[in-house]
Amino acid sequence: MENLSPISVLVRNERGVLSRVSGLFARRGFNIYSLAVGETDDPTVSRISVVVAGDPPVIEQVVKQLRRLVSVIKVSDLTGQARVERGLLVIKVKAPHDKRGELMQLVQIFRARVDHVDNQSLILEVTGNREKLEAFIDILRPHGILEMARTGQIAIARSQGPMADYWNEAAAGFDEDQDGTYNISRAAERLAQEIQEQD
Amino acid sequence: MSPYSQRSNAARDELGLMLDRQIGLTRASGQSASPRRDAMNAPAKPQDPQAAYTGADAVVACLKHQGVEVIFGMTGGVISPVYDALFRDGSIKHVIVGHEQGAAHMAEGYARATGKVGVVMTTSGPGATNLVTGLADAFMDSTPMVAITGQVTSNLLGNDAFQEADMRGITMPITKHNYQITSVDELPGVFAEAFFVALSGRPGPVLIDLPKDVSTAPCDHLLAAPSAPTGYKPPYRGQPLQIERALKVMAKAKQPVILAGGGVVTAGASEELRELVRLTGIPVTTSLMGLGTYPAGDELYLGMPGMHGTGYANLALHHADLIVCVGNRLDDRVTGQLDRFAPDAQFIHIDVDASEIGKNLPCLVPIVGDAKPVLIEMIKGVKQWEEKPDFSAWRERIDGWKKCYPMTYQPKPPAISPQAVVELLGRTLPEEAIVVTGVGQHQMYTAQFYPFREPRTLISSGGLGTMGFGLPAAVGAKVGSPDKEVVLIDGDGSFLMTIQELATAVRYKVGVVVLILNNHFLGMVRQWQEMFMDKRQAETDLQPPPYAKVAQAFGGLGREVTTSEELEEAIAWARAEAADKRVPVVLDVAVEREALVLPMVPPGGANADFIPCPGQKREE
Repeated sequence: MENLSPISVLVRNERGVLSRVSGLFARRGFNIYSLAVGETDDPTVSRISVVVAGDPPVIEQVVKQLRRLVSVIKVSDLTGQARVERGLLVIKVKAPHDKRGELMQLVQIFRARVDHVDNQSLILEVTGNREKLEAFIDILRPHGILEMARTGQIAIARSQGPMADYWNEAAAGFDEDQDGTYNISRAAERLAQEIQEQD
Repeated sequence: MSPYSQRSNAARDELGLMLDRQIGLTRASGQSASPRRDAMNAPAKPQDPQAAYTGADAVVACLKHQGVEVIFGMTGGVISPVYDALFRDGSIKHVIVGHEQGAAHMAEGYARATGKVGVVMTTSGPGATNLVTGLADAFMDSTPMVAITGQVTSNLLGNDAFQEADMRGITMPITKHNYQITSVDELPGVFAEAFFVALSGRPGPVLIDLPKDVSTAPCDHLLAAPSAPTGYKPPYRGQPLQIERALKVMAKAKQPVILAGGGVVTAGASEELRELVRLTGIPVTTSLMGLGTYPAGDELYLGMPGMHGTGYANLALHHADLIVCVGNRLDDRVTGQLDRFAPDAQFIHIDVDASEIGKNLPCLVPIVGDAKPVLIEMIKGVKQWEEKPDFSAWRERIDGWKKCYPMTYQPKPPAISPQAVVELLGRTLPEEAIVVTGVGQHQMYTAQFYPFREPRTLISSGGLGTMGFGLPAAVGAKVGSPDKEVVLIDGDGSFLMTIQELATAVRYKVGVVVLILNNHFLGMVRQWQEMFMDKRQAETDLQPPPYAKVAQAFGGLGREVTTSEELEEAIAWARAEAADKRVPVVLDVAVEREALVLPMVPPGGANADFIPCPGQKREE
């Protein structure tokens, strides 16, 4: 499987902003695995969560190109960062009476919910990270998946740690503090150390 | 006048300081950037004394506040309220064009010659879509531009209304940013932001789509303070530690080359580039967009690299162990086959746009910042070098290549060599004259043989390669710099594409000299056909009209030149007539039909494999 990088993009909540971002991906040939968008606590700001398939240089370009957009407020590459990541899966699966018990066990194991029952099928919903949703789909597949719908994955970093992406810090040299001012970042200090070590 | 409206060096420093303040690097000195809404900014009210100001009045007030002196464009149904407001106000000059594409290229020429934002205005639908080529061209060449397009009234949007086109959608990939205004209250803020975005950071075109109901709606506040949009924080100063690192790498290099580009022109950093080269003794080459930032003829100057670059620039880059890119995006026309470009070199890359760094090639030292402050810091650092690195052996090697592969051509009398025409112009024109080109062979002859010595003296379509760019860009450049001589070197194919702008030049008394290197061919494609398609001339053989007569018919002057002997006198005549009568003067010069642009790196080839000038043999 290709490397998948969750990237979180804060954007100005204005008409056409999703098209601006998704257009950039299409135009530059970046491979989107999933995309989700929604408002944040600030109604003027939306968060676009996008999972991109690609090697580190591709991801670096994705981040830099996104950062170029005037509508974009902040880009965080969450690859390799402790994060909470969730997607929602709604899945309709064949459920003859003799299989119901087994299916209900799976529902419990995956902490899913039953949304609908009839004589032929169950509709189940489950949330979780990518791996969990994939696993749930795989385990249901032998039972016969009738229909399914998935949202894009959304993610937030667990801690306030330094932005994972090297470029934001090393190249621009600035890290946004909570009060919105900019200071020489930790990455810059790290670089200084690196230079000393080299000499 | 807004601090953003000019990009002269002084204004740029101020811009840098403002950006610093925004990113918290320096303390605000207390002076406010907010505009004064004084009497000067208030437009004349509409004739109905009862009516309040309208959105259109606000547009005019915003443009005046930004220091806009001239607008290039063409009126039409839904933009007419703004034209009415311009007419009532009367203080901004407007240039009506033959075709909106011409307006866009004029704005580019104006912007490139002056460093100010070029402004275009058109109506909706076809008027707006005709701008697309110009916007794409400005986007590729990082030219600051604000385009205002009319739009159908908001309630008709999306209904396929008469002359409706989704300009936001269409121009999203070819503008730095674009807006569609939904309410008159947004208008002042959007204009302030648009000009800031167009000019700051890496400049580019910004489009404002203005529905007619917005321009006719009553409006009570005409101006807004310019502010950087949330999240948009263009870098200015480079990261000091990276600069320090770059200096260390430079000091250790054995065979370094500086590769400068259009970013140096934009940054107004030509002096700093020269100083850095002088202090370090590192040879320098400039891309097409960077021509003029370093004076031709200097012993450390290698000319232009790449597909039609000098053999010695290409060999120097190929053998370099360090390339210092300044405001250059390593375009494929510069690098040739990427994986064989400068195989042994490490890169220091200075660019205001972080996404250019590492885009094509991995980079050892990235410096995100405007070329001027970064080079100033580097110069300071170089001055503190305890031991100055000695590049004399490297320079000797380069001098050897210069002797092996000088820039020459083979004249074939009695035909006029196109290169000779360019050389003659180079000897004739003053240093500060602005040379504009179309796109094709003539453009490359100009880049190769015209001795550019000052920044902003070459205006050419570098990134998009837009045929037809030349005439309107020359008109725009002359409108922006009326005191400078503007000479367009064009090809017969390129000139024909926007020839209607001769009417514009005549109407506004724009005295540009147009020199057509006429070979009755789409020459550059013919060259490729000759070299790579077995000489099959598929649709490149032209029958251009008699351009001298066409110029006369438009109300300009024209003359045909068929022999080398009359060339010098004809150029002198054209320059004198253009200055005196203030009309476009066209010299239709019949040049050698089958001349080739050499040296040339074959498409898809590596730079080091260039085909040299006639009579030279490749030794490596």
